Amino acid sequence: MPFDPATFALILGISVVAGFVGSLLGLGGGVIVVPVLAGGLGFDIRRVIGASLVSVIATSSGAAAAYVRDRLTNLRIAMFLELATTSGALVGAYVSSLLPVRVLFLLFSALLLYSAYGMFQRRHLETGARVPDSPWARRLRLEGSYYDEAMGRTIPYRAGRLAPGFAIMMGAGGLSGVVGIGSGLFKVLGMDMVMGLPIKVSTATSNFMIGVTAAAGAGVHLARGNVDPMLAAPVALGVLLGAWAGSRVLPRLRGRAIRAAFVPLLLYMAGEMFWRGIAGS
Amino acid sequence: MSGGGARVTGAELAGRSEAAQRRARPADDRLEVVISRILQTGVLVAAAILLLGVAAWIGRGDAGYPPPGYPTRAGEVLAGLREGRPAAVLQAGLLVLLMTPVVRVAASAVVFWVQGDRLFTALTLAVLGLLALGLSLGGAGA
Repeated sequence: MPFDPATFALILGISVVAGFVGSLLGLGGGVIVVPVLAGGLGFDIRRVIGASLVSVIATSSGAAAAYVRDRLTNLRIAMFLELATTSGALVGAYVSSLLPVRVLFLLFSALLLYSAYGMFQRRHLETGARVPDSPWARRLRLEGSYYDEAMGRTIPYRAGRLAPGFAIMMGAGGLSGVVGIGSGLFKVLGMDMVMGLPIKVSTATSNFMIGVTAAAGAGVHLARGNVDPMLAAPVALGVLLGAWAGSRVLPRLRGRAIRAAFVPLLLYMAGEMFWRGIAGS
Repeated sequence: MSGGGARVTGAELAGRSEAAQRRARPADDRLEVVISRILQTGVLVAAAILLLGVAAWIGRGDAGYPPPGYPTRAGEVLAGLREGRPAAVLQAGLLVLLMTPVVRVAASAVVFWVQGDRLFTALTLAVLGLLALGLSLGGAGA
């Protein structure tokens, strides 16, 4: 394939934006990369999926160093929930054969709409919501603290509502495994809305988790030839740069601003999923 | 300051000034800094290989495989690297990048082990096992 500077630069630019936004919100950037590459530039969907997978891992790895250093990533919570999402993906593969894909899309849409409402309700909240104290979280030490640069103080936190949180992560893992997107979104929503963690901890921990989830599928995508290096390389370079920049900005942002950014995104995604459910594509 | 912050002040947090808290890094925290360095190195190596591949791609004018071709298996990538095909160099960089989360999980297992946390070591190894399963399925051409 000949080198085309214009296309390369365009993909690179879009990917910088995707990495930046993705690293701030704990998402993979697929939300931005996929529609532009598949819809706007007309790349074959299989290769776009491969590029999206690369984008997720690049977002995760590009922001990782800063989030670990700033103590925003909670390793324990990440591993505990990673067990839920991976097992959910296995269950989801089974359940999806029982439900039509259109129904799943509509379910997804309703869930996102409800989440948008929840985020909007908590738009003035700077840290985590109050959750009942969980003896299990105490026992498993699903807790931590980080220094919030925007607030100028240390924020201690502990996860709450483990059982519903775990169940939602399983469901989200299954659903997003079938629908193919939104794994990061549900990880953030579960940690923020159900388990009452500070939003920055939720996005940074989700940032770690999405990389692990995506890596699990990487082998299959590589072998199927979905990873086209001429498309995935500019995506990877751009996203790495964007995610690194985003990870420098997040500590200084207000939690309120991050939550506010989620509301339009969730509404957009809910609409997108609803449309897919209706159109059945 | 808005209300509603989780009111958990563990014993280890009580009676310490903010500054002292930021300075005090327990052993496992230092380990996390080590992990952060490892990750940074992995990402930089991947980016360097990718940039090298892009330079070769620009230099040659094409990626070195008949359309719509590119190597997908480790063996093909290695062969392509020996022949200096740009697409193989790009794919090698992507492979290094795709391996960083796996390295990160493995490093987390080490952290939990050093902390003497058997439960979380086992949990992390289970996740690592699932990762290995996913990667080997792909490698076998599933």
